[in-house]
Amino acid sequence: MTPILAAAEAAEAVSKVPLIVIVIYLGLLLGLALFSGRLFKGTSKDYFVASHSIGPFMLLMSVFGTTMTAFALVGSTGKAFQKGVGTYGLMASSSGLIHAACFFLIGIKVWSIAKRHGYVTQIQFFRNRFESNGLGYLLFPCLVLLVIPYLLIGVIGSYRVMGPATAGMFPELFPQTGPLDGSLPPWLIGLVICGVVLAYIFAGGSRAAAWANTFQTLVFMAMGVLAFYLISKALGGVAAASEQIYPGHLVRTPDTLDVATKPDPSVREIGIPPIQFLTYMFIPLSVGMFPHLFQHWLTAKSAKSFRLTVIAHPLCIMVVWVPCVLIGLWATGVFNTPPADTWPAPVVKIMGSADDAGVGKVLSVVVKFLIHNPLIAGMVTAGILAAIMSSLDSQFLCLGTIFTNDIVLHNKPKDKYTDKQIVLIARGFVIAIVLLTYILSLVLKNVQNVFDLAVWSFSGFAALTSLVFTALYWKGATKAGAYACVIAVAVSWFYFFAKAGWGGEYTVFSSEHRSDDGIMPVAICFVLGLVSMIAVSLFTKKPSDETIKKFFP
Amino acid sequence: MKTAIIAIVFIALAVLHQDTWNWDKGDLVFGFIPVGLAYHASYSIAAAIFWACVVKFAWPTRLEEWADGAD
Repeated sequence: MTPILAAAEAAEAVSKVPLIVIVIYLGLLLGLALFSGRLFKGTSKDYFVASHSIGPFMLLMSVFGTTMTAFALVGSTGKAFQKGVGTYGLMASSSGLIHAACFFLIGIKVWSIAKRHGYVTQIQFFRNRFESNGLGYLLFPCLVLLVIPYLLIGVIGSYRVMGPATAGMFPELFPQTGPLDGSLPPWLIGLVICGVVLAYIFAGGSRAAAWANTFQTLVFMAMGVLAFYLISKALGGVAAASEQIYPGHLVRTPDTLDVATKPDPSVREIGIPPIQFLTYMFIPLSVGMFPHLFQHWLTAKSAKSFRLTVIAHPLCIMVVWVPCVLIGLWATGVFNTPPADTWPAPVVKIMGSADDAGVGKVLSVVVKFLIHNPLIAGMVTAGILAAIMSSLDSQFLCLGTIFTNDIVLHNKPKDKYTDKQIVLIARGFVIAIVLLTYILSLVLKNVQNVFDLAVWSFSGFAALTSLVFTALYWKGATKAGAYACVIAVAVSWFYFFAKAGWGGEYTVFSSEHRSDDGIMPVAICFVLGLVSMIAVSLFTKKPSDETIKKFFP
Repeated sequence: MKTAIIAIVFIALAVLHQDTWNWDKGDLVFGFIPVGLAYHASYSIAAAIFWACVVKFAWPTRLEEWADGAD
C-alpha cells in the first residue's frame, strides 16, 4: 500500500484549519475589492469599463485570471491523471499561441474601435459594424446561453472543491452518508462564494473585478507552485516522483490494451488521439468571443497596456499548468493504479469514483493526504477558489452589462435614464444573474461531466470567433453574412451538443472503441461559420461607406 | 513583408505544435520532465518570444493614435 492510501486508511482527527485559512482568504479578497470599490467614480463608464484606466500588469492578471477557470488547477491535474502527458500540449501550449494571437489581432483592434466610438459591449460593436439591430437580438441569447454553463462550472466546481476539503468538520451540524459526511453543504458554499463575488461586483463593477482578479491570479499561481514543491518533496524529490509515473501516462500515444478485455471501453481512454490533438487547437479561439474578456479588454488604459498581456500570457499558462500536469502524472504512481476501470477500495474511499468528478479531486486529495499539513491544504484550496472566482466575477458583471446596455438602454433616448439610474439597473441585473446562477447550480450540482460542459461552452465561443475576425479584417463582410455565420454556428453547435447527449465528451467520426479519437466539433462549427460568412457576404449588399470609414481607420 | 513573415512563423509554430516525433517517447528530460511535457513547455517559451518580436516589430501604432484621438 502506498503512503497516501495508508494515510487515507488511518482515521485522523479532522482539523478545521483549512476552513479558517479559506475564510481569511475570502475576507482579504472582500476587503481588497471593497477598497477598490471606494475608487469607483459613480459613473456608468466607470462601472462597466473602469473608465479605461487599467494598466499593463493589472490587465495581464485580470485577463489571465479570467481565462483560467477551476480547470486551471483542478482540471489540469485531473486531466493529466486521466489522459497523461499530452494534456499540456492539448490545452495549454496551444492556448499560449492562440490566446496571444486573439489579444493582438482582435483585442487591440476592438479596444481601439470601442474606445473611439464608446462601445461597452460586443453586441453594440456588432450592431454598428453590421448595421443591424436584429443581429444584436440574435446574438444576445447565444452569448447568454453560452456563458451560463461557464458560470455553473465555477459554482459547481466550488462545491466539488469545498466538499472534500471540509469533510468531517461538522458531523453533527451537516450529517451525510459517504465520504462527504460533516462537510459544508452546497447551499452554504454557493451562498458564500456567490455572496462574496456579488458584494464586490455590486460595489465597484469592472474596477473591483480587475483588482480582485489581480489578487486572485497571484494567489492561485503561487499556490500551484507551492503545491508542486511540497508534493515533490513528500515524494522524495522531482526525480523520484517522476520515476513512479504510470508508464502509459508518459507518452501521448493512446492506450493500446486489447479493447476486448476492457469491462467498459468508454472509461479507459489514456493518451490523446492525434486528430483530437490537432482539432483541439480551435478551442483556444474562444477568447476572441468571450463577452467577459471583451469587457476586460475595454478597461485597458491604452493599447500599450496589451503589450505585457500578449507576451506574458503563454508564460503565465506555463507557470500554472506545468506543475499541475506533473502533479497529475505523479498521482498515477501515488495511487499505484492506472486511473481507469475500477479503483482499489482505498482509492474509491477517498476519491469517490473513477469518473470526471472523481479525477477532479486528484489535487485536493494528494495535498490532503501527502502533505499532511492542514494549513497548506487550506492555502491550496483557497488557490483553487481564487481560480474559480476570478472568472465568476467577470461573467456576472458582463451579463449585467449586456442586459443593461443591449436590452434596456438599446433604442432608448439618451436622456431617458440618468447615469446613476443606469448603474442602478446594471446592479439590479447583476443581483438577478447571481441569484439565477446560484439556484441553477443547486439544481444541477450532481451533473457528472461538469468539465465537459466547459469544452462545449468554449466550442460555441470559438466557432463564433469567425464573426469577430471577419468583422474586423474584411470590409466585404455583410449583415446577411453575419446572420448566416451566427445561424450556421448555432445550428451546427446545437446538433453536435445533442449528439453528445447534452454535454458529454464527443468527437465526430470517432471509432467504436473510443469517444475521443475523432474531430472536435468546434473545428466543424468554426469552418461552417466562416464559410457561411464568406459565401453569403459575396452575394449580398455591402456595408455603407460611412460604416467602412468608422471601422476601418 | 512584415505581415507575411509573421504569418509564416505563426503557421510554422502551429505545425510544430503537432510534434509527431515525440508521440511515443517517454524519456525524462533533466531526470523528471517527460519529454512530451518538456517540449511543450519550451513551446510556450517560444510562443512568448514570438509574440515579443511581433509586439516589437509590428505594433499597430497608427491604430493606437487613431483610438487616442477620441480623447
